[in-house]
Amino acid sequence: MRKEILYSLKGLYREDFQIEGYRFGSGEKSACIVGALRGNEMQQLYICSQLIKSLKELEAHNAISHNHEILVVPSANRYSMNVGRRFWAIDNMDINRAFPGDEGGDTIRQIAAALFEQVKGYSYGIQFASFYMPGDFIPHVRMMETGYQSASLANLFGLQYVVIRKPKPMDTATLNYNWQMNGTNAFSIYTNSTDNIDEKSARQAVSSVLRFLTRMGIVKYNNHSGYIASVINEFDLLSVKTYDGGFYRRLKAPGDPVYHGEILAEVIEPCEGFVKTQIISQTDGIVFFAHTAPTVLGNEVVYKIIRRMHE
Amino acid sequence: MIKEVVSIDLPVHERLVVQKNRLQPAEVTGREQRASIVTGIHGDELDGQYICFELVRRIEEQPQRLKGIVDIYPGVNPLGLDMGSRGIPMFDLDMNRVFPGDNNGAVAEYIAAGIVDDIIGSDFCLDIHSSNIFIKEMPQVRLTEENKEKLLPYAEMLNADFVWIYSSKTVLDATLAYSLNNMGVPTLVVEMGVGSRINREYCCQLIDGIFNLLSQLGIWDAEPAPVRTPIISTEGKVCFLSAKETGIFVPAVSRMGKTARGTHIGDLIEPIRGQVIQRIESPADGIIFTLREHPVVYRGALLARVYGVSEAY
Repeated sequence: MRKEILYSLKGLYREDFQIEGYRFGSGEKSACIVGALRGNEMQQLYICSQLIKSLKELEAHNAISHNHEILVVPSANRYSMNVGRRFWAIDNMDINRAFPGDEGGDTIRQIAAALFEQVKGYSYGIQFASFYMPGDFIPHVRMMETGYQSASLANLFGLQYVVIRKPKPMDTATLNYNWQMNGTNAFSIYTNSTDNIDEKSARQAVSSVLRFLTRMGIVKYNNHSGYIASVINEFDLLSVKTYDGGFYRRLKAPGDPVYHGEILAEVIEPCEGFVKTQIISQTDGIVFFAHTAPTVLGNEVVYKIIRRMHE
Repeated sequence: MIKEVVSIDLPVHERLVVQKNRLQPAEVTGREQRASIVTGIHGDELDGQYICFELVRRIEEQPQRLKGIVDIYPGVNPLGLDMGSRGIPMFDLDMNRVFPGDNNGAVAEYIAAGIVDDIIGSDFCLDIHSSNIFIKEMPQVRLTEENKEKLLPYAEMLNADFVWIYSSKTVLDATLAYSLNNMGVPTLVVEMGVGSRINREYCCQLIDGIFNLLSQLGIWDAEPAPVRTPIISTEGKVCFLSAKETGIFVPAVSRMGKTARGTHIGDLIEPIRGQVIQRIESPADGIIFTLREHPVVYRGALLARVYGVSEAY
């Protein structure tokens, strides 16, 4: 393992901002794995730390294949992580809305450009991503539908689901999108936590990456072969919304089966305590995403359901 | 007439409501031109509030002059404005990165879609911004290269000092202006002043421009007021002056505007060592139209933009 400083920015009142990279093996640029781009992505950093630990052991046992290089970037935003901010600590800008960056641009575009320069050119790009809605997902692999995506490759992670997302305008400045547009097969892995560490899904994420790297001949590692994934289009997920705001009582978790007419959640009057509304399932299926916060807004997406899917 | 554009229920006995004020003639034929004035997408940008106030006040003072429809949207990010927060507070999300929105999407996308749906059908839209708390801007109209032919005539009516025509690749696809222009509503962006402040002089300058534009569109029955001829960016070159290192920016000019090549714009200093890290000078004869307001800067941070009419660098 070689630890390198990929980017450095002089600090004025803080120690210098640095992006560290951990390189394994040598030769062809095979896989690059990126963890936290936002300051609250603790689970994403944790997964990278566990992955680095595993890759270090594999390298010590000569289990990184010849002529393959792996780069892991655990955090590209430690300034924000260390002060409890989600975005770039100085001006609250989102690095994952600044790709491919601009060497002559403002600070976060320079950071994004420097990072992109280091992570581009790899055959496979894997990002541990987070979502801006408060909630849990079934762990899955997500790809943008750019015309370059390959669901069959995403299947090799052995997670239960592969989700194909049609990019919206706001996606075009993300790392995943720009990786793909630059010729890297890019995957985002979502586990069911962001701000807190969930050991179980973190282990699942590490295993899925090692499984993928093994199947691509990049590492030699023997693990369970995982699932044959169901490939779903994000557009086909049924969004279940609230009617009104209040306390939120969630009755189903990601992965739970649901049936047409079943009560999925209740919204409770915040001062008088009675049930204002019940959220009823409009379909049979599997819960893919479930809202987690103690309260909800009106018109908020609280579930995404894979329609007509059974366990 | 104040109307609700879109609303959502908040958890504890409150609603988030985006409102507009529709000003129209007493008798509506259905053939009126319609202009939409939008501001407050970023909750820390406040010049638009005074502009909306003054537009409503002046129109209501002489309602007989109103021949078309003016829809005024003073606060499309009401919670952000109320809290002085740039984004939508609950999501820490820049609202100007979620357009055109999605009626079936997350709350921010739903609100954005409601706003876009309401504006569609306008003959013209103006989106008023006040930079952010870090950068100060001279009143300027911004438009994209690809929309130049369609939008430049409107931009020239707005009494701005400067019209900056961007290259399309720098434009963000998820902004309100980009979305509306794509949907056929000619939309201009005005940037002026600095975040969390109201600059009355700049506001009045733009208000005169808006009334001129409304007159030209046949919405306001008055002789078009004389307006400034703006400098158009394509006639010269826009130079970006950025921090070459991390430090504290101390301006040496008291205001933006005309400058000469070599003029001392400011210094980047390192307090603990008592050193000047970078001396910032104007690279050309021209105008300074952007100047750093918040002194703490990291490498790459924008310090000034100079529109140069002489050979730069």
